[in-house]
Amino acid sequence: MSLRRVATLPQDGPGTVRVPLVGPAVCAGFPSPADDFLEGALELPRWLVPNPPATFLMQVRGESMRGAGIFDRDLACVDRSLMPQHDSVVVAVVDALLSCKRYRFEGNTPRLAFDNPDLPAFAVDEASEVEIWGVVRFTIRWHVARGRLA
Amino acid sequence: MSVRAPRAIALIDGNSFYCSCERVFDPKLARVPVIVLSNNDGCAIARTAEAKALGIRMGEPYFRIRDLCRSQGVRVFSSNYTLYGDMSGRTNAVYRQFSPRVEIYSIDESFLDLSDVAAPVRVELARDLRATVRAWTGIPTCVGIGPTKTLAKLANHIAKSVPALDGVCDLTDAAAYDHWLCRVAVGEVWGIGRASLAKLEAMGVESVADLRDLDPRPVRKGLTVVGERIIHELRGLACLPLDLVPARRKGCAVTRSFSARITDRATLEEAVAAHATRLGEKLRREGLGTDHVTVFYHTSEHDRDAPQRSVATTVSLPEHSSDTLALIQAARLGVAKTWRDPSPDRPAWRYSKAGVVTNDLWPLAESPRALIGALDRARSGPLMAAMDACNARWGRGAVVPARAGLVARRDWTTKFDMRTPRYTTQIAELPIAIAGPR
Repeated sequence: MSLRRVATLPQDGPGTVRVPLVGPAVCAGFPSPADDFLEGALELPRWLVPNPPATFLMQVRGESMRGAGIFDRDLACVDRSLMPQHDSVVVAVVDALLSCKRYRFEGNTPRLAFDNPDLPAFAVDEASEVEIWGVVRFTIRWHVARGRLA
Repeated sequence: MSVRAPRAIALIDGNSFYCSCERVFDPKLARVPVIVLSNNDGCAIARTAEAKALGIRMGEPYFRIRDLCRSQGVRVFSSNYTLYGDMSGRTNAVYRQFSPRVEIYSIDESFLDLSDVAAPVRVELARDLRATVRAWTGIPTCVGIGPTKTLAKLANHIAKSVPALDGVCDLTDAAAYDHWLCRVAVGEVWGIGRASLAKLEAMGVESVADLRDLDPRPVRKGLTVVGERIIHELRGLACLPLDLVPARRKGCAVTRSFSARITDRATLEEAVAAHATRLGEKLRREGLGTDHVTVFYHTSEHDRDAPQRSVATTVSLPEHSSDTLALIQAARLGVAKTWRDPSPDRPAWRYSKAGVVTNDLWPLAESPRALIGALDRARSGPLMAAMDACNARWGRGAVVPARAGLVARRDWTTKFDMRTPRYTTQIAELPIAIAGPR
């Protein structure tokens, strides 16, 4: 398991102030070649995202996490600073693909599991062989068809 | 320098930064050679260790290594600056949790003031910093620590080149300082260019320690005051302060190569209008204005047999402004003044690049108003603000002046044929997490 630092960051205080996940940076030495390509699109409320630099959004594809209330095309907010615990929903690297799974201990052995009654419990034999990309903090699902992403 | 000199400075930078950004979102790229190309997919500007091992050099033109890349399975990408800029912001946000004093030096390098960290725990802190950046952002880094910026940069080079150091080298440690300075070649010192290197070699200077032990005063003659400064810095006497607040921008340029050569005036006019639009956005972001626009366009020196032409002209504005429409008008006037139509006895020039540049920026709020020909700021301000707000909300290019052409229809723009998705800034381009039996 890779080294993980658990987020213990103070919040700037609750509120609905929207923060971009990151802000543009101005370089002191070299002008940034990224200067012309900066975008400030994805914003989330501060109280939902305690650690913006470690937070990434992903789109879930597939139905294997239905038991966790996660459905095809939901958005997952993934925090790389969280340490996976027993029963955490995680994004792991499985067969060189980013994969949404349940992280479970069987005895002392961490394993990656599906969460869908129609599927067998375990996806991969030993979770210790796979890299945990991040822990899913929450997911977003639309209840109107149009809000869904393509 | 009258600035309080820090006693310990760290330089942290991302390893093969652009390639590492790509690897964070595509696990298939782990352990395979990866390169990232410059604008228009011209040459290799970032290479992973595996790609370097294949002999791919920095700045190598892509056409020369295309076959090698194909046969060796090198994964090749166009630069995705939106992604790299976002990831750069994330790494710097992590650095700021380790030191309140951070100078962002370039997109992938930052200096941190570690003076308040006790000497024995500096390396430990640096290891924690590396591990945290790696865990939180996925980016591998190296950290060099020294009493001056020049020594921090040198330490970073050592940390990168010596695997046994595990990515951290501390030259504030006297033993490490004595050990490494006589073992590293003088050419690795920050600021020693090719010309200085030749002079130094003629003087018998081989290692960094040799350079440090030169008498700085006579050196000033051969290597200028910069050489003298480097010697002081190598001795641990800080001459370069941390730039915590970047200086106000003095000039600004928007220049691009065309994806293919262009020969017609309409395309050139559209391109300079698009560049002027971008210039306006950049100026407004910082509350600055310019009183002139320099337009340039030229043919390519690579087209050896074709006729060459290079044009640069400056058009004045009545007063400082950041109004896109005023900038476009000035830029188009620049083209109108200099454009030459082809004639039967003179074939059309094949232009390869165009740009708009300004050299004298002023905070708009402080700039003097023109007595004659003052621009209508009461009208322009809200219009520009509305345009910027639309583009912030619906993405760059959602609203453009007609002169600049719709972004999707600009066929002259820089090519990014092999660019990955903008994983972190575009809701339609997010990474996919598979939730399926396969």
